[in-house]
Amino acid sequence: MNETNKTNPFINGLIKENPTFVLMLGMCPTLAVTTSAINGLGMGLTTTVVLTLSNIIISALRNVIPDKVRIPAFIVIIASFVTIVGQFLEAYLPALNSALGMFIPLIVVNCIILGRAEAFASKNKVFASALDGLGMGLGFTVALTLIGCVREILGSFSVFGISFKAPLEAAGLSPIAIFVMAPGAFFVLAAIIAVMSVIRDKQIKAGKETKIRACNKDCASCGDDGCVHRFYDENGADTAVGKKEGVQ
Amino acid sequence: MSTISELLIIAIGSAFVSNVVLSQFYGLCPFLGVSKQLKTAGGMGVAVIFVITLASLVSSLIYGFLLKPFELEYLKTIVFILVIAALVQFVEMFLKKYIPALYESLGVYLPLITTNCAVLGTALTNVQEEYNILYSLVNGFATAAGFAISICILAGIREKMRYNNIPKPFQGMPIVLVTAGLMAIAFCGFSGLL
Repeated sequence: MNETNKTNPFINGLIKENPTFVLMLGMCPTLAVTTSAINGLGMGLTTTVVLTLSNIIISALRNVIPDKVRIPAFIVIIASFVTIVGQFLEAYLPALNSALGMFIPLIVVNCIILGRAEAFASKNKVFASALDGLGMGLGFTVALTLIGCVREILGSFSVFGISFKAPLEAAGLSPIAIFVMAPGAFFVLAAIIAVMSVIRDKQIKAGKETKIRACNKDCASCGDDGCVHRFYDENGADTAVGKKEGVQ
Repeated sequence: MSTISELLIIAIGSAFVSNVVLSQFYGLCPFLGVSKQLKTAGGMGVAVIFVITLASLVSSLIYGFLLKPFELEYLKTIVFILVIAALVQFVEMFLKKYIPALYESLGVYLPLITTNCAVLGTALTNVQEEYNILYSLVNGFATAAGFAISICILAGIREKMRYNNIPKPFQGMPIVLVTAGLMAIAFCGFSGLL
């Protein structure tokens, strides 16, 4: 992971290691708040702010924080930023705040943030960590906005709140309400991942892309072996789970 | 009587109607990640029930007796996540020392649970809904039971699905998401229950 990160952490997070589509991190907000494009964008940007700020602070303090208590220390730093951002949203963007609801405080337990703190910010310089946070956060934002767009178009015939319902309903079409309900989130994400895997297969055949970077051992991969196994590696419990789950 | 029926409504509501995974989307990471085998999914489910019930109780005590009297409600996110992390560590140490058999079966899942957003989510929901300690306890238990039920169902389906011929682009995560989506539709059927 290190050599790609050194070249350009920003682009890396945005495309090659897109936290949602490639690393499968932070699934809860991805599926829960993307009922519309605006909500997806808001959640993505909020997470980006928290991720960048916490990456900067954690990276600046990386030589001060003792290794044994690093996880609680990271969590406190992240939780503080989440509280600050939450208060800010409550004061200045109350509509967004109520749309995102519980998922603002739950940014604390978003695996992307703790994952980047552990895998990148605690080992790299401040500027690179800031870029990494920004890239990963924007990758997350793009993914959430995309899912939000698809769900909003299919589920309520509008994009970013601009409705095009009238002409379609005049033609006898009605929105597929299930896409703004819970099940639709699963279907849309499944379809997007399937499409991406087709594209990636074609690129691999054409020799453009060398390797899929998902599920590497460095960043806890939600999709395949649980969120946080590597954060607790000092007691060895995590690897036990990994083995039991039959990680390839 | 009214208390009991209210508790029952909360319990059924949290376990089925607004199922924690399939309609609230809390705790999706372990739901998708640790559901390859029924056995491990069951272990995870029990561990989650254990931790969420305890965390609901402790967080509601701390909120009621510490944060509220001193008007520190805005610190609830920071305090709760630390309490949950400490609690999980404590439970792990306690089980290791006193109930080694249970530790053998649950131990490996416990560290994973700290960042399961269902735990923090339930603690925060209890506060938001202004449940008292008893209500929080029941809500926590029922929410976690809902999680255990759905992860076991998904694991059962995934075990059978291993023998199916799945189109290549959908292999791996997409088919699991589709399955979860179909389960979510099934759980929508509970919505008229209350």
